[in-house]
Amino acid sequence: MTFVQFLFYFFAAIQILAALRVITVRNPVHAALFLVLTFVSAACLWILMEAEFLGLLLVLVYVGAVMVLFLFVVMMLDVNIAEIREGFASYAPAALVVAVIMVIEMGMVLTHRIFNVRPPLEKASDVSNTEAIGRVMYTDYVYPFEIAAVVLLVAIIAAIALTLRRRPETKYQTPIEQIRVRRNDRVRLVKMKAEKKESGS
Amino acid sequence: MIPLTHFLVLGAILFSISVAGIFLNRKNIIVLLMCIELMLLAVNTNFIAFSHYLGDISGQVFVFFILTVAAAEAAIGLAILVVVFRNRRTINVQDLDEMKG
Amino acid sequence: MDPVYLLIPFAPLLGSIIAGLFGGRIGRKNSHRVTIAGVAISFICAAIVFKRFAIDGAEPFNATLYQWALSDGISFQVGFLIDNLTALMMVVVTFVSLMVHIYTIGYMADDEHNWPEYSLAGRNSYQRFFAYISLFTFSMLMLVMANNFMQLFFGWEAVGLVSYLLIGFWTTRESAIYANLKAFLVNRVGDFGFLLGIATILMYAGSLDYMPVFAQAEEMAHETINIFGDVQWSVITVACILLFIGAMGKSAQMPLHVWLPDSMEGPTPISALIHAATMVTAGIFMVARMSPLFELSEVALSFVLVIGALTAFLMGLVGIVQNDIKRVIAYSTLSQLGYMTVGLGASAYAASIFHLMTHAFFKALLFLAAGSVIIAMHHEQDIRKMGGLRKYMPITYVTSLIGSLALIGFPGFSGFFSKDSIIEAVSLSTIPGAGFAYWAVLLGVFVTAFYSFRMFFLVFHTEERMDDHTRSHLKESPWVVTLPLVLLAIPSVAAGIYIDPIVVGDFFKGVIYVEHEHGAIHHLTEHFHGLVPFVEHGLMAPPFWLAMAGLVSAWFIYIRKPSIADATARRFNGLYRLLLNKYGFDDFNETVFGAGFRKIGDLFSNIGDRLLIDGLVVNGAAKVVAVSASVLRHLQTGYLYHYSFAMILGLVGLLGWFVLNG
Repeated sequence: MTFVQFLFYFFAAIQILAALRVITVRNPVHAALFLVLTFVSAACLWILMEAEFLGLLLVLVYVGAVMVLFLFVVMMLDVNIAEIREGFASYAPAALVVAVIMVIEMGMVLTHRIFNVRPPLEKASDVSNTEAIGRVMYTDYVYPFEIAAVVLLVAIIAAIALTLRRRPETKYQTPIEQIRVRRNDRVRLVKMKAEKKESGS
Repeated sequence: MIPLTHFLVLGAILFSISVAGIFLNRKNIIVLLMCIELMLLAVNTNFIAFSHYLGDISGQVFVFFILTVAAAEAAIGLAILVVVFRNRRTINVQDLDEMKG
Repeated sequence: MDPVYLLIPFAPLLGSIIAGLFGGRIGRKNSHRVTIAGVAISFICAAIVFKRFAIDGAEPFNATLYQWALSDGISFQVGFLIDNLTALMMVVVTFVSLMVHIYTIGYMADDEHNWPEYSLAGRNSYQRFFAYISLFTFSMLMLVMANNFMQLFFGWEAVGLVSYLLIGFWTTRESAIYANLKAFLVNRVGDFGFLLGIATILMYAGSLDYMPVFAQAEEMAHETINIFGDVQWSVITVACILLFIGAMGKSAQMPLHVWLPDSMEGPTPISALIHAATMVTAGIFMVARMSPLFELSEVALSFVLVIGALTAFLMGLVGIVQNDIKRVIAYSTLSQLGYMTVGLGASAYAASIFHLMTHAFFKALLFLAAGSVIIAMHHEQDIRKMGGLRKYMPITYVTSLIGSLALIGFPGFSGFFSKDSIIEAVSLSTIPGAGFAYWAVLLGVFVTAFYSFRMFFLVFHTEERMDDHTRSHLKESPWVVTLPLVLLAIPSVAAGIYIDPIVVGDFFKGVIYVEHEHGAIHHLTEHFHGLVPFVEHGLMAPPFWLAMAGLVSAWFIYIRKPSIADATARRFNGLYRLLLNKYGFDDFNETVFGAGFRKIGDLFSNIGDRLLIDGLVVNGAAKVVAVSASVLRHLQTGYLYHYSFAMILGLVGLLGWFVLNG
């Protein structure tokens, strides 16, 4: 067993175990953390396959942003775990059967000889993985790239639009109002007659 | 050297786990979203494996796009989740049967 | 076209429209005035035309008035064919109609009493009645004047319609409604045959006009048609029998006669006009008109002969046991129509038409006389409750006597000449069935005399059996009633003298066609040596003695020894029952056709309509949708995870399919 093979089986085992934990733990916070573990081990496997850029991207974007978002939401929402977990065991056999059937089916497909591709030759890597992706991305895939940007923009706007709400009870300042205010709005001059002195006191 | 099928079977197992997860955690919408992320991860793993073994960088570009879309999906999904919770005080899927019409 | 020809049918139509649509506004007097004027004009014109043809010997007139439609090379037209036959029919129809119009003034004078207070139909019933009988006159004239089958059929159906309206004239009487429905339905059976006959002729001759059809008759006689299986039928036989089935319906021949006795539910004037004198003779007229076709088919003639003979004899027998004055005359009409039909079957068309004419006069007379009696009896029609009316109603008595004598064929009266010529013609005929027919008509003479005078004696002689109230009101009818009686009595006596030109002369030369081998009528002509020898010969012949025997037996049984009648009825109870049941035709129709069709209808209704269409197709489809929807709606739980499960299971399935087939 070469070192590379060892690394593969090591990370693969971590990934599978972590993934199993994601779907079985009781607490969503733990699930999110196990998901982080899954992603990290996946990133390691990707790097093993010389996809360094995507591996780093996975860690940075997913683990760093998306999973934090998950954690944030899970913690923010006051979720009743007991209620959520009910019926867990009753569906386990069905889940097991479906999953096993699926694995067997996909295994049958994947072990077909057409997937028996020879490992790639050690190519002279004069360009880094990042550069190679970049070259393709900004030439052949420039339009999809732009569209991806738009998708992200839409996602940002959508997320804000969905969650934004006006809360009448909160106090806030309106600078425009403050700037446009005039003296008459705030001060009222009242003229009063001078009071006469009491005579004979 | 690790054969391609090892990666593919890994992806298959990961995918199946996430399918099983959807069954198991059918009431927990947060874990459901996580399972979807897992599925996408399995698919991405396959893409990268093919890209690597066939020496075609396009596969990695696709993974890039998938990541983009997945991020967007996660953001919007969680936003919807927040709104649902705010309106109904629960995220129990059992209570969400509005799609029945 | 000569305006006279146009006036004949359209003057009554105009009168009918005015009286029918504006009767309420112009009042009763003006209504009967306008309709009588219309019919009178028609009668005068018909008389002019008759003179033109019968005396001046004008050429037949054949012209198209109006083309209604042209379809597939077949022309549908309104057109007139006027020759001696038409002229004779027109005179008879318009004369009887005129008489009936005048008579109706008296008969319907207090028609309001026949309607309940609430009835809206009773408001203008008087005017409506006049409108109907004028409309009938128009229809009948269109029928006889037609020069093509379409117009013939129009007239045929139009008289049927008016007959329907008039039988059920008193719409508030249940029996009248059933009677007119029955008449209509039975006529429908006949009309179906008639229509098929016309269709057969149209198919083979390619034309609806009489003249081209008659010209092609010879060719049609040689063609055959396949109806059932491989049996080849002569086209002309099929066409003639089908046409005659139509005539059987309209002219009430057995077994389609059942409607005529029931039609007596209608007011008496229309019984006289429609159900005795004119409409029911339409079938006879039609067959005579079609003589060039019938002559070519011996089978059809034989069929006509046998049906006529059966009707003539058997219906006369039923007349003996009837007690309703109008029904006795109705069965007498059936029997006489049978005589006419026998004459047709024996190829003695001229004799049949002659009998048609004389019968129209004396039968209208008898009916109107019966009506007169009914008026006097306050609408009591049972002859068992009459008797001794002679001294109260002298004019009615005398005219009834004349009518009855004419009916039984007393020598010198018109019926004698016409009936004797038919009997003579049958005895000389060589067509299969003629022997049977001869005996039937001969015995029929006895029966006719018997039932006629049975009725006559029971009504006018014997002791008075009515109640005192009725007796105190008995009086002769007003002049509008008696005038038509007198006017009709004259031709009933005298019309016989026209036997010379009509039957034995060449009055119908070129109009009615007789094959040489069917020349019974020619033999008759050879033996005819003038009126007086004919009468003398008649005094020797069996028909006269049979008629006398009938008369005397009626006198003996009903005047001398009234007990014999009941004794005979008891003695021959079976026969008596059979006659009372009218041979069970009504029961047969009711149980077989009525109940049978109701059963079939139930079957179709229950299985076809309710089970298959309503149950299976309509409700079934709805149920399938409802059931499948109620099952399928469980798929739409609204739960997110159910949808995702479905997706996953689908994915598993697809993958499995891919694995197994890939």
